[in-house]
Amino acid sequence: MEKRVVFHNKYLPYLLVAPQIAITVIFFFWPASQAIVQSVLREDAFGVSSHFVGLDNFIALFEDEYYLNSFKVTALFSTLVTVIGLSLSLLLAVTADRIIRAATLYKTFLIWPYAVAPAVAGALWGFVFLPGPGIVAYLLQQMGVDWNFHLNGAQAMFVVVVAATWKQISYNFLFFLAGLQSIPKSLIEAAAIDGAGPVRRFWTIVLPLLSPTLFFLIVVNVVYAFFETFGVIHSLTRGGPAKATEILVYKVWYDGFEAQDLGGSSAQSVILMAIVIGLTVIQFRYIERKVHY
Amino acid sequence: MKSAGKLARAAVTLLAGTAILAGAGQALAQDNRIEIHWWHAMAGARGELLNQLVEGFNKGQDKYKVIATNKGNYPEAMTAAMAAFRAGKAPHILQVFEVGTGTMMASRAAIKPVYQLMQENGYKFDPSTYITSVTGYYSTSDGKMLSYPFNSSTPIMYYNKDAFAKAGLDPEKPPRTWQEFEPALKKLKESGSTCPFITSWQTWVHLENFSALHNVPFATKANGLDGLDTELKFNSPLHVRHITTLANWMKEGLMVYGGRKNEPNGKFASGECAILMESSAGYASFTKAPFKWGMAMLPYYSDVQGAPQNSIIGGASLWVMARHTPEEYKGVAQFFDYLAATENQVFWHTKSGYLPITPMAYETTKSSGFYAANPGTDVSVRQMTLNPPTENSKGLRLGNFVQIRDVMDEELEAVWSGKKQPKEALDTAVERGNRLLRQFERDVKR
Repeated sequence: MEKRVVFHNKYLPYLLVAPQIAITVIFFFWPASQAIVQSVLREDAFGVSSHFVGLDNFIALFEDEYYLNSFKVTALFSTLVTVIGLSLSLLLAVTADRIIRAATLYKTFLIWPYAVAPAVAGALWGFVFLPGPGIVAYLLQQMGVDWNFHLNGAQAMFVVVVAATWKQISYNFLFFLAGLQSIPKSLIEAAAIDGAGPVRRFWTIVLPLLSPTLFFLIVVNVVYAFFETFGVIHSLTRGGPAKATEILVYKVWYDGFEAQDLGGSSAQSVILMAIVIGLTVIQFRYIERKVHY
Repeated sequence: MKSAGKLARAAVTLLAGTAILAGAGQALAQDNRIEIHWWHAMAGARGELLNQLVEGFNKGQDKYKVIATNKGNYPEAMTAAMAAFRAGKAPHILQVFEVGTGTMMASRAAIKPVYQLMQENGYKFDPSTYITSVTGYYSTSDGKMLSYPFNSSTPIMYYNKDAFAKAGLDPEKPPRTWQEFEPALKKLKESGSTCPFITSWQTWVHLENFSALHNVPFATKANGLDGLDTELKFNSPLHVRHITTLANWMKEGLMVYGGRKNEPNGKFASGECAILMESSAGYASFTKAPFKWGMAMLPYYSDVQGAPQNSIIGGASLWVMARHTPEEYKGVAQFFDYLAATENQVFWHTKSGYLPITPMAYETTKSSGFYAANPGTDVSVRQMTLNPPTENSKGLRLGNFVQIRDVMDEELEAVWSGKKQPKEALDTAVERGNRLLRQFERDVKR
């Protein structure tokens, strides 16, 4: 019996994928091509006159120390968000997996933050850390910490990492928990009979079997930290103080919409596009090879 | 088959809906008044006041209909208009905040200068009937008004009279100079205040208006009014002295930093901070404060010659966009004429806290007894008109000003956090700002 679906009409398959292709072209390829065009132009705000300037926009970017700084900030931010977020949610998933009583309750609570929009998550953590009345800020001040994340860059980075990580933990947790539950119990039991303790079992059996999930989550988390944390940053620090939390995507927005420098902003988008393409290639080419399916 | 029936029914409903909509469209079309679109950024109470003004105009004549639409905050309204202009769907009138003025002026092909609009449509347009320190901001160096000043404000000092009394200070005599400020702040701190002094819009108050009040240049070429080849000058010894003073106060707990915009307002309204510097249009937010408070002019250094000069404005003005029909422009001109009418100016000034733009409106408000009944509400106008403006106090016009403000904020924050010395920070801010000015100059001249 033929298992594959065969289309007898030549055009039907194209027709069926057409909506998806149309969406991709209209919402992805077309804006991306516009960004590339804009990146070699300089225009006045209303687009009355525009001039081709070659790579001037790109050269100006790399002469701008704050743009280079934004790279460092992004690297630090996305590493912290990914590493802390994945470790914490893995820990939570492993513990939640072992719990027998009221497991659903714990799981439900852990999943809740995912329903919170990034901007709202930012505002919530902003209250908690608000210098003066914020509850954690108050405790820190009691402990003698000179707390003001509106002025201190390291503290600002800490706050945005906390808010961005907190929001993503639920998502990671869900995938880890599903991954853990799909590991055959017999394997773990066999190891236990052979005398392997819980820690040893985790490192030699659970983690390798979880590696496809882990790999998938690394990709998703890096992309999340790069793009979707805009709301968190915008509502907490607006990239400040002194650009300490200005990640690349925030700078794209700022230069394009606040500063109305469309050329510079588009040039940054093009670079960002190249970075993401590069990262994806590296992840699938090299890291994926080390993953056991 | 069942689902097909449902589909058919849905289609019929849809069609019926469209028919009704079409009918409504025809009904609307019978009102063949010429529509004039106005995009603005006034929300809340200010938005309602604006709508009242528009309603008054629409009821007062039957030829034009102004449709006012809120497009979010200032940068959002501006960005929306830029996108709309590119698509050939720009509004007739656009409200632009003061820091966007440089960008608008440089986009000559996209705007229609207001003086030209008024002349072409037969309105006697005499800029001298306006308060010069307001209109100066939006005029060319030879006095031609490019945009119509709608909502202008100037920073003033708000102080908590109860806190003053508690500290043994005279609540009716707030410090007038920066020299008198320090002993007052110390007394406030001794009386238990954790926040004697805070400021909103720090760059607007402590660099831009500070320069105007002391009659020193903020930038060359009359602060940019006379040309694009302007250079920033706010790293003079006087500026360094002021920022050093503020930095010392912060170290001693006499002053608190609360953010770049008007976040500090909340700390004043709650009674936590005793003195606040903020826009005169912040007035409405404190009317419900549970303590007695007063308003006063910004302090100055009494040993600086020529101080206090006069303060400059912030807020927004109305720009007329290009590429509309003469008929529509006629309506815009008539609308502006309506806005300038004394009764409408008085309405806007007294309800919103924004400045009146004509001396007539000020005098009328005064003779109506409004200032006497609401002491302090005239501080802003008096501070604006202390002296005839000089080239240092007419206004500011800088390209890329949004970014320059952010640069100043960043460098000031570096001072407040102790990372940089005041001189070093101001020098860096000037250097970075000048780079942005040169970029703007290049873009415009291309």
